[in-house]
Amino acid sequence: MAEKYELKTKEVWDGNTAASHALRQAQVDVVAAYPITPSTPIVQNYSSYLADGYVDGEFVMVESEHSAMSACVGASAAGGRVATATSSQGYALMVEVLYQASGMRLPIVMTVVNRALASPLNIHGDHGDLYLGRDAGWIHLIANNPQEAYDMTLCAFKIAEDEDVRLPVTTNQDGFLVSHTAQIVEPLDDETAYKFVGDYKQKNPMLDFDHPVTYGAQTEEEWHFEHKARQHKALMDSPKVIEKVFAEFKELTGREYKLVESHNMEDAEVAIVAMGSNYETAKIAADEARKAGIKAGVVCPRSFRPFPIKEMAETLKNVKAIAALDRNCPMGTIGALHNEVAGAINAFGQNAIITGYIYGLGGRDTTVAHNLEVFKDLAMNAEAGKRVTPLQKFINLRGPELSFFKVGE
Amino acid sequence: MATPTERLENWDEFEIGAVLKSFDENGNYSRDHSKTYKVADWRVEKPVFNRDICIDCDMCWVACPDSCFIVEEVVNKRGKKQANIVGIDYDHCKGCAVCVEVCPTPIKSLLMFPEFEDNNNALANWPKKEKKDK
Repeated sequence: MAEKYELKTKEVWDGNTAASHALRQAQVDVVAAYPITPSTPIVQNYSSYLADGYVDGEFVMVESEHSAMSACVGASAAGGRVATATSSQGYALMVEVLYQASGMRLPIVMTVVNRALASPLNIHGDHGDLYLGRDAGWIHLIANNPQEAYDMTLCAFKIAEDEDVRLPVTTNQDGFLVSHTAQIVEPLDDETAYKFVGDYKQKNPMLDFDHPVTYGAQTEEEWHFEHKARQHKALMDSPKVIEKVFAEFKELTGREYKLVESHNMEDAEVAIVAMGSNYETAKIAADEARKAGIKAGVVCPRSFRPFPIKEMAETLKNVKAIAALDRNCPMGTIGALHNEVAGAINAFGQNAIITGYIYGLGGRDTTVAHNLEVFKDLAMNAEAGKRVTPLQKFINLRGPELSFFKVGE
Repeated sequence: MATPTERLENWDEFEIGAVLKSFDENGNYSRDHSKTYKVADWRVEKPVFNRDICIDCDMCWVACPDSCFIVEEVVNKRGKKQANIVGIDYDHCKGCAVCVEVCPTPIKSLLMFPEFEDNNNALANWPKKEKKDK
């Protein structure tokens, strides 16, 4: 039996420490990982907890991230609770196996610390890796601070392992800005946290020798489409379970999470949609903008996949102008979040003016002042009743202004 | 022996994760087990077995990656039990030709033929031993 870890009601943790304690409290059976900055402390801490007797489990050292996720797939198919962590290049190397994990419907939890993708090499935060896994069939939850990194990781197990879901889940936090920034985190005690996550429920485990099963079937044109459609439906139906788990979590902790988080949106005329630590920065900017007479609000999708299309449109139904902030370079089109938000509001017949901004690549600072500039752009669009600012702008980029689809061009 | 086109379930009828169970509730081989399922429909060349030349060394039985050699137990002329190769399981043979490669008889007892070739035809046209001029 694992030792109890003494925790105070308030701890000063960075995002990595928070996520690693959530893995410990969930009593993960197998962690297979290949450490990579900035997510290294998650698996490093986990292996310490294991060595010190705070977890009953296995830590599998592997030779690459491809092997890490492959070992996770094997351990999960065998019938254990499985987790890992990665970032950036490691995430990229895992991508092939991410599709295997979701296709086999294995409820693996991966704590991702978002970091830029090379080249040029960069260890700091942006959402390049998160966007890379966008279509991999995983649920992607967003945590904007260390407390949320802890909370989302605990919720992730419960969501992934639900019998109506059985899909892998990532919890995403911004590299360094969340992963290495210590804040006050209110953890649950070990017993309460484990009780919330619950015992692992096996489904078709390979180690059940009385009921042998084969994982990794080949399905050609006769079946592949049906299998993928069923997997997609599981993702599309998963918000019900996510909301159920969030409701249970609120009952336990008082902390409320929704599919779409919002700030000052009750009467907002302009809104920033952003994921990650900039959601918190934009909230301060929105309060500042209100002092300057701009009715500003901020919105963050809590789950990037499944994307809460209806809830996003509902949250934005009364705004006149929207800015979608993508912390990733879309390389040849508008940002992915811009695309999602534009699709969502269009699908429900809403016609707010929407523009996109690229920000924070490779850990570039994005401050309250930068978000305020965006609100000022939005106020201009809202007042004009049409788009007067470029469709795509770059925030805090050195050099002459770089923007695309300027009005009148 | 079921084939893929004979069992086209709807999207909501599969086991999730494309997991295949070996046995049904009664412990019998399930329809997903290869025992009950034809997995050779993409073979383009097949080995044909010539019983008349075979010396029952069983090398093909050892080498076959899909255990496709059908054997029966016989008692040989010395009164000992022996495995006798009687044929090939064409529902599982993928046509890899490893058996032909390992067959040691001077004229091979196993040769590859196109999938559409009739086995009797193939046997009738089997290579003959060349007569040496004295």
